[in-house]
Amino acid sequence: MVLKIFFPQCCNKADSGLLVGRWIPGQNSAVVLAVIHYPFIPGQVKQYIHQMRGQSGVDLTVLGSWSMPKEGQEGMESFLRDLSTIFPQGQWLQLSREMGKIGFRCHVLTRDQNGKLVQQEKELKEDGGGEKGGTKRGGGEKEVEGEEGGGEKDKVIFIHYEQRKVMLSQLHPIDNGVPDPQTESQLPQVFGTVCQSEPLFFLDKYDDGPVKMTHWQSEGREGSIIVELMKQASTPVCLLTTWMLTLWTSLCSSRILNMRTMRFISSKLSTCLQLSYRTEHLQTVCSPTRATAHNHFMRKANIFVSFFVDVSLGLLLVSWMYRENRIGKLANTLVPAADHVAKELEELLQWLMGAPAGLKMNRALDQVLGRFFLYHIHLWISYIHLMSPFIEMILWYVGLSACLGLTFALSLLSDITALLTFHIYFVYVYGARLYCMTVYGLSSLWRLFRGKKWNVLRQRVDSCSYDLDQLFIGTLLFTILLFLLPTTALYYLVFTLLRLVVVMFQGVLHLSVDFINSFPLFAMGLRLFRSYRLAEGVKFRVLVRNQEPSTPHDDTYPTHVSFTVFLLDKPRHVYVSPTSQINPLKVSSVVQTYRTPTYSCYPKDSWLALCKKLFLGELIYPWRHKTTKID
Amino acid sequence: MQNGDQHYSMEDETYTDIDGKAISLECQSHSGFCREFTVSSAKVSIGRVMAYTCAVWLSAYIIFFVTENTAVLSSAIIITLVGMMVHIHFVKVDHETLLIIGSLGVQVSSSYASGRESTDFIEMGKIKDIVINEAIHMVRKIKDMVINEAIHMVRKIKDIVINEAIHMQTVIYYLCILLKDPSDPEAVSSVVPLFQSSKPRLNCLVKVYKSCQEILAKC
Repeated sequence: MVLKIFFPQCCNKADSGLLVGRWIPGQNSAVVLAVIHYPFIPGQVKQYIHQMRGQSGVDLTVLGSWSMPKEGQEGMESFLRDLSTIFPQGQWLQLSREMGKIGFRCHVLTRDQNGKLVQQEKELKEDGGGEKGGTKRGGGEKEVEGEEGGGEKDKVIFIHYEQRKVMLSQLHPIDNGVPDPQTESQLPQVFGTVCQSEPLFFLDKYDDGPVKMTHWQSEGREGSIIVELMKQASTPVCLLTTWMLTLWTSLCSSRILNMRTMRFISSKLSTCLQLSYRTEHLQTVCSPTRATAHNHFMRKANIFVSFFVDVSLGLLLVSWMYRENRIGKLANTLVPAADHVAKELEELLQWLMGAPAGLKMNRALDQVLGRFFLYHIHLWISYIHLMSPFIEMILWYVGLSACLGLTFALSLLSDITALLTFHIYFVYVYGARLYCMTVYGLSSLWRLFRGKKWNVLRQRVDSCSYDLDQLFIGTLLFTILLFLLPTTALYYLVFTLLRLVVVMFQGVLHLSVDFINSFPLFAMGLRLFRSYRLAEGVKFRVLVRNQEPSTPHDDTYPTHVSFTVFLLDKPRHVYVSPTSQINPLKVSSVVQTYRTPTYSCYPKDSWLALCKKLFLGELIYPWRHKTTKID
Repeated sequence: MQNGDQHYSMEDETYTDIDGKAISLECQSHSGFCREFTVSSAKVSIGRVMAYTCAVWLSAYIIFFVTENTAVLSSAIIITLVGMMVHIHFVKVDHETLLIIGSLGVQVSSSYASGRESTDFIEMGKIKDIVINEAIHMVRKIKDMVINEAIHMVRKIKDIVINEAIHMQTVIYYLCILLKDPSDPEAVSSVVPLFQSSKPRLNCLVKVYKSCQEILAKC
């Protein structure tokens, strides 16, 4: 099998030293994490590595030696070979590189069973195979090609990776369980190794520690002051917020507010629902424990950012509304608007009571229904007029709650609409019930007319013999209901349409609230500005080495490949910017993976079922609130 | 050669795709176990672009002449520009590449006319095999005499129509990678077709197939 060595790009120019990293079992590959420079004390190195192994949980070892001799430094070869006796390994890599040249050289030493180092140097060269036919080689062809038959010539492939990006990126699809190390594929293992070896990168070559290392942080630790300050400040803030939230939740679950009527009302008002939902969110975000898994971290970050954006939009809205007393103007137009709606409704009913669209109604039923509904509307309007002096003040104070977020403002609007159009709801329910009763009565009496009956036990239609007087009364009732059907149907139709209009409006508001709640803004921001953090796969590029024409063609150079992390994408078409090395995750995958679960307000019935319900006169509650499920 | 890889492009054979347009195949062998194949389709032809643009603008002028509404002209311009941008960025594939690295994996990438590249890397552990599959493909252009006759015969007996209708479909070959789930090495979990936009013919595919099988056999 081909030996694969993952080599960090930052170590390409490092001084000579020891290679530290990890062998990936079963894949014949090694991940190099850092280079430890001379001078070092082997005992201290072993101790340090042991300590790092414990801290990071990664199986770190010394992989081999790296030599890049500067001018004047000679004679390192035997010294490097002696090192392999100090650090006992199964396989010992000797990588070397000359200044000014691009290619690397690699020798592998293995131990046999006795533990003695076998001098069987598998010189890792490029695989022959006649491809060099075009080049002119000197007589000294020292690389052994296949036809010479000298021992196994293993092939080596160097994979250069950019340590910083691999360290910071998260490979998707994310494995939530504990992966089995035998079947896990190679690349996630490489990413995992680099990510988990973070403690290794704390010391660099300028520190006064026991070892001097080169890795991606060796030019100095990267960090941002703002991030560090926020981390320090976050703990007391989290504690404070958690305390306030516990206070609030205990208040909410107190006995006064837990009476049956209050619970019923609060389950109907979407504002209360949104409030409870936001409380849950805040509890998730402000929990003092650090998020360990990537999923939890992203969830917290998404909730925090969307909450922040929500509140700022709400504050913006409040500042706009309260300037120039717009809220007062809004309150002043509210009651006339409600009046106007009621007047329109009354006119509509008068029209229905006459001869609507040229249809002839049953006069008596028409008048009864019309007056009944008119009275209800009149009642509701009088309530609203009763409240009108207080409306401005109530609206002013309640509008302040929009400071808590734009979602609150929207749910408030939805609730106000529901309250103001309550008479429509009333009238709709009456009309629907009446129509429903008519339809069921008609169907049952129609069965009687034909001599059949609905068998409840068997849930089917059976024949039945009726008495004469049953038949007589049944037929009479059937005729009455049949002739009254157009009137009831018309009233039902008109009020259902009105109700549907109101429901649509409320539905749009709920959907936008839901969207604001669940859209993963943090993940989208990461995707746009730090696209390498969400990675799906890698993109390989073969590095072609540049031979100086004067030197003889030296084939001890193995193949070099570099990989650059690119973003995750399920279909093939992902955008890659040609200059950067990271391919961003596709936008739809970001949204799909990181969507916060919410109480989604989707219609619970399909269109067909809805139409069926409308036809039969059953009451429709098209928007259903799922109870929030916490992952 | 300067870079030491073997690099040979099309030899005396010229390759075509299944519609008859000329394509080119380039094979680069970086080492014994690392090879790269690039299939390039025809570039965007300036003649067709000009033809479409002229057609759209001419019709826009005619509509403007009839309705005297200047919005027609500006919308025609916008439509042309947007359509062209969308076409070269999302639709027109310039070349497709297959990079196979023994015991590491296979990388499939397609590069569009605007320079955008879309890449996919499949690890060796997930690859079961690379094979050439057959498929039945509807020919959109009516070229054959046989098919022309079928259209004339449509009004006649139903039998003949059905017979000739089968001639409208041709059998094409495509190269694909069979994937397996590491936990179940015997079953084929999914199929990834290669070179879908350039659609080279069998002679080209056989060349690529043989090279790939050499590498897969070694590792």
